[in-house]
Parts: sequence; C-alpha cells; structure tokens
Amino acid sequence: MTLEPRTFDPPRLSDGRPLLTARELRKTYGRVTAVEGVSLEVYPGETLGIVGESGSGKSTVLRLLNLEEPADAGDYRLDLAAYAGENLLGLDRYRRRELRVSQIGIVYQQPHMGLRMGASSGGNVAERLIMAGERRFASLRAAARDSLAASEFPLDRLDDPPRVLSGGMQQRVQLAKAIAMRPALLLLDEPTTGLDVSVQALVLDTLLRLRRERRIATIVVSHDLGVIRTLADRVMVMRGGHVVEHGLADQVLDDPQHPYTQQLVHAKL
Amino acid sequence: MTLAELTHPRQDYSYGFLDAFARRELRRRILKAIAIPGYQVPYASRELPIARGWGTGGLQATLSVAGPQDVVKVIDQGADDSVNAANLRRFIARMTGVETTTDTARATIIQSRHRVPEERLAEGQLLVLQVPDPEPLRAVQPDSSQAREMHADADYAQMWLSLYEQLVRFGRFMQGASYPVIVNRRYLMSPSPIPRWDTPALHQSAHLTILSAGREKRLYAVPPYTDVRPIEFDDVFFQVEDQAGRVCMITGAAQKFMDELPQPGGGSRFRISDTGYVEKLLAAARGEPTAIGPTYYDDQGRFWMPGVIRGRGDGDS
Amino acid sequence: MNLLTVHDLSKTFTIHAIGRAVPAFTNVSFQLRPGELLVARGQNGVGKSSLLRCLYRTYLPSAGHAIYRSAHGEVDLARAAEVDIALLRKTEIGYVSQFLRPRPRVSAIELVMEPLLAAGADSGEARARAGDWLGRLGLKESIWPAYPSTFSGGEQQKINLARALIAPRRLLLLDEPNAALDPVARAALRERLAALKAEGVAMIGVFHHIEDVHDLVDNEVVLNAVG
Repeated sequence: MTLEPRTFDPPRLSDGRPLLTARELRKTYGRVTAVEGVSLEVYPGETLGIVGESGSGKSTVLRLLNLEEPADAGDYRLDLAAYAGENLLGLDRYRRRELRVSQIGIVYQQPHMGLRMGASSGGNVAERLIMAGERRFASLRAAARDSLAASEFPLDRLDDPPRVLSGGMQQRVQLAKAIAMRPALLLLDEPTTGLDVSVQALVLDTLLRLRRERRIATIVVSHDLGVIRTLADRVMVMRGGHVVEHGLADQVLDDPQHPYTQQLVHAKL
Repeated sequence: MTLAELTHPRQDYSYGFLDAFARRELRRRILKAIAIPGYQVPYASRELPIARGWGTGGLQATLSVAGPQDVVKVIDQGADDSVNAANLRRFIARMTGVETTTDTARATIIQSRHRVPEERLAEGQLLVLQVPDPEPLRAVQPDSSQAREMHADADYAQMWLSLYEQLVRFGRFMQGASYPVIVNRRYLMSPSPIPRWDTPALHQSAHLTILSAGREKRLYAVPPYTDVRPIEFDDVFFQVEDQAGRVCMITGAAQKFMDELPQPGGGSRFRISDTGYVEKLLAAARGEPTAIGPTYYDDQGRFWMPGVIRGRGDGDS
Repeated sequence: MNLLTVHDLSKTFTIHAIGRAVPAFTNVSFQLRPGELLVARGQNGVGKSSLLRCLYRTYLPSAGHAIYRSAHGEVDLARAAEVDIALLRKTEIGYVSQFLRPRPRVSAIELVMEPLLAAGADSGEARARAGDWLGRLGLKESIWPAYPSTFSGGEQQKINLARALIAPRRLLLLDEPNAALDPVARAALRERLAALKAEGVAMIGVFHHIEDVHDLVDNEVVLNAVG
C-alpha cells in the first residue's frame, strides 16, 4: 500500500526562511537506488529527525547534505549570503571544502570517522579552525577549550587523544569539533547509538542545551525513536529511499499515518 | 667522404655521463620545477655508477646543467673533504671537465648534502641539494596519492595540527632538520635535511636552488627571490638552532653552525661545520689575501635580512 | 471576537495492521473567546484527550477545521504548516499533559526553567520564576535541585504544571491537570487558572476534579460515544 504524505497549508505565521532547502535528491549505487525524490527543509534553530531502518537511505541523505559524495540529481541550497542562489550540489571541490569547514558540522556514529584518534582532543577541535585559516596558537587553544567546554567535555582531559577516551567522551569531542566554527548546519548520524543508556542520556542533554543556546539548524538520523522524540521538532520517515511520512515529531510518533510508520512505532513500544 | 669522417670518434660516455635524452628530460623537468616553485616534478631517475641514496638525485641535476666553464663545489654536511663529497666531486669533474673548488664564492654550482654554506650565495649561483625524501606530508599522510591531492588543494591544515600537538606535548616545535616550508605562498616543501639554521637562507635568495631526490624520482626548485617561509604560528615562531656560547675550536669564531665534538671528559667542543669557510678564516688569519664574502648570520647571530626569523633561541642544538 | 472556532472537527484512527478505522470523536464544533474556560465532558474513552491533542496537533485531525486567531494572523490548526504549529507551541499555545517526561540529569527546577529559557529569558530570571511556581504548588525547596525521575506522581505533576504554565500563553489545553494533586496544590492551581483567565488566557480543559474549577467554567462541549 502506498500513501502520499499528507500536505498542509504553506507557512503563514513564520516569517523566517528555511536555512536548508533540498529538492528531489536522488542517489543510486549501480542499479540500487539509495535515495529517490527526497525533499526537505530545515529552519534555523530547528531539529529535523530522519528515521528508518538500515538501508532506508537516511544516512545517504545525510552524506549528500554533507557534500561527502555527489548526488545524481537534485537541488540543495543553504540560505547563506556567500552561497545565495547556488545549487550546492554543483560546487567545485575548493568551495565545497570551504563550505563544509565553515558552515557544516557532523557527528558520526563511529568516532574514528570524524576524529584523529591519536591526536589530542583539543587538537582535533583546533584542526577545524586551522582549516579555516586560524594561525594563532593561543586562539586555537582557547577555541578548542571553549568548544569542548560547550560540549561538556572535561577540560582536564583536553590533551588526551580520543583513543584513550570512553565512547561518550569521544562523541563529545566530535561534537566540539562539529560546532567549533559555529556552523549554520549540524548533522548527527546516529550520535548516541552504541553508547550505554545513561551515557546516551547525558549526550542527548548536551545536544538539547546546545540547540537552545546556538540556534543551529540540526538534522539527526537515528533508528532510535527515543532519540528522535527527545531531539527532533519534526520527523521524516524513510523507507526504501523514499519519504513515506513527515510531520511534527510527537504527531508522527503518537499518531502515525503510514502503515510502515505504525509498524515502526509499535515495534518500538 | 668516408663513413669514418661522418661519425663521431668513439667515446666511453656522453658529455656529463647522461645520454642526450636523459639530459634533455632532466632540463625540462628542472624548468618546470622552476616555473612552479616548490612543486615536486616526477622524473625518470637514471642509473649512475653510484648507488641510489648516495646523492644520485643531486648528481643528475648537476650533470644535466654543468658545462665546461662551470666551477663546482661539493659538500657533505658542510665538509668538502668527506669521502662522499670527494667521490662525487671527482666524478663530476671527470665527466664534465669542470674546475672544482672549496671556495663558496667562486663556485657556480654547489652540490650539497644537508647544508647551505655560511657565505651568502649570489645571483647566478646554483645550489643543488640532495634529497632523501621529497614529501613533507609523509609524516601526516603516508598515502602518497592522497598527499598529492592535499598539495593540489593546498590542504596543509594537518601540518599546523602537528605543530599544535608538539607545543601541547613538548612545549616547542620538535622538528629539527627538514623543517617544512611554504614556497611562494603555495606549496609545502621539504628543504631537504638542512638544519633549521639554513632554512632562512632559502627565503628571497639571490641564487637558484634545485632539490632532487634520485631514489624517489622527484625534483623541485626555489627560483631566486622567492618567498620561503617555515611553518609556524603567528604567536609561536619557528626558531633556528641556538649557537650562543659556542666557539669554534679551530678559528675562534662564533655564531656559525657548529658541529659538536663530545670530549672524553664529558664536555663538548665545537667546530664550524662549513669547512670551506673555516679554510678561508684560517687563510685570513695567516695574513693571506682572502676574500671572505658576507655571511647569512653576523657575529652576533643576527640573520642578514631583518624580519625573516621572528623567534630566537630555544636552547636546542 | 473568537480566539478559536472549531467546526465539525473529527478524528478517526486508521490502524493498518488490523485494517480498522477507530473513530475518536466526530463533528465537534465550538467557539472560544479570550479569557474563557471551556470544559470538554463525556464518559471515559469518548475522546476528550484526543480533542485536545488534535488542537495541539499531536494528533492529526481527520476532518473539519479549527480556525485559530494568532497574534500573527489566522490559521487552521487542522491544516497549518508544521513550522507554524511549532511556532505557536513555542509562543501561544500550551499543553498541560498528565504525565511528566523526566530526563536524566535534568533537575526539577531546570525542567521548569526550560520554556522560559527557550523564549529567551536569562537564567537568573528563569530560576526565580520557576522557584516561585514550584513554591506556590507546594513542592519542597529541598528537592528542587533533585532529579524528578524518582519523584512521586503528585510531585511530578506539580513540576509538569509549573513547566506548562510558566510561560505566557494565549491558549492553554489542560488535560486532567489536577488528577494526581493534593488539596493544597489543587487550590494553588485553581487560583492560578483564575488569574490566567482574568489576564485573558483562553483555556480548554478536561478535568478529573471538575468541582475545583466549577465557577470558572464559561462553556462546555459534550462528546458522545461514536462508532
């Protein structure tokens, strides 16, 4: 059974423009279609959750938005002066790198994908600023400290490498690195999967506080509906590369419309 | 006309040992390297009658550009008289008929392993540095194809990250010789394992520097009057080896790059590493007519061009 | 002038796994002015909570309209864009649920401060006002810094109330706000609702102890069992 996602009135009250607008994203690997016809918007300060099983295409969407790999088709814009009116999928490698360094932060499920496990935690964070051209050691040190403090990382471990840290601490280093440049967009790919439940709750709490304080537009991908309920304002449900349902987070979780979402939600409860 | 008149007399080797094609290829690679300062140009490193790793890169560069009018000086860690330097000098002289010298000022080509002479090189002089490992990114990126992409993107953040890590762990920059530099504000370059003391000599220099790695089959160049800046922070500076308190046991001179000679009693004595320069100082002391050129560092240890070295003295030798 | 005009609002749950449509309520209509308290009545299971949730859009209404006159213009809560609903939830429409969702390592007072912080209040002011609320509802000051996951149902409900009522709202949806409260807290709540009403806040409520607010009620909507 196929159901078109329900459509609503266009926004009438909110005068803000979405920070992120993506239309009709498509990505195939050989004959496998990973993502097809995915469109989404994220407003400044808002958190969009993407849920779905593994293989649903949710992580692929995140990689496309992080410009980690090329999309086959689609239109992707960020409402930033330096990139006004540009489809970001067409950026050359230099501007793509510049955009990723200055405006997009990402936290991966696997810390080693986002961190240099052997460099100090402070150095991991400082590298973002070095990439953006900062060449003062004192500033790098201060920024690393600030950013790690903001992600509630214990500063007495500033110079320890992630390799010797616990999973929760590693995620905090990733988070500090992701927000070091005060990006407009934060991407979280299963940020707490694999952590102990209590550690997971602490990391989620940090994310909530950061969202409130910094008004970063955030996209969180997770198969854990608890994570989504805690973090997300709105939710997009993906299956087989398509969006089957989207809505306010509590609505999708408490009153799911699509058979697949109902199955997903009830499987959890 | 006979066939014998049309052919060249038989020779054991081409002029300069290298055959015409090899020579032409090397000259083209050198031109390209000069055109793109600091960029590593691949070349087909030839077999020579010495083993790879013993200066074959520098030797091929020297042989491909030397002519009969050149005057060649060869040094190894500053010394003209080491076995390797002597071997290379004799081979170059036999293959090209050049005059050889130990006087830096007289030489038109100086092939060197791991040093720049103390006397300032002038316009028209060529410094050929032997390079064991041309890739300055090796320590942070072992994959050479990825390192090449980083060069293409001028993506050198990891170098500054390693400086950051050194400061955090040890309180100072730990790199001794081969201190990485940015050439012409574009390419990261290894200056070959010259001490940090010699690195500033490459900045805005009057002479041309060619750096050639025979085993790794890459050469690169710093044209005259080109910016060569060591990597450093805007608030923590690159420093050269501090020579303060060291006096040359042979000449009594100070503030030149010294070799340290540990003594049986536990202490150390020092000797200026540049033997050609020592010779000249001794000749002058004996009252012989000697023209000692201006040096990179004066007797107080000040670098001749102000503002190039921002940090001084870290106690490391 | 009406703040909210609900017209023929219906909600039916479609449960695909068993191929059934379960109606919650059908064709509910009413009007609400600023400062009015409207009570939803009916037997258990007739969808009183569902009605509130539909207005808050936790549930998606199946049919009908709920025209809400916001400070920024008129919208139909049944069809408004998600971003508009999100904005209204932050600024105009509050929902007092029966259950607190405590989060680890977040203290009672911090939970109550959150809506004020989200609205941009500074932390000192938010703390003072949160303390004031918790005090008036009779929560001992000694447990304000504690984590509420271990609190009794009544204590949790007090935190929940404080959290829901602390930020200024134009429309409050009250889902059995006094169900688990002791008499002191019930009196405090009543007093607070009366004050809000006097300030012009419109409210729609489902009450377990209707007698507490009897004299505040302006109107009622009766839901009948359907299906």
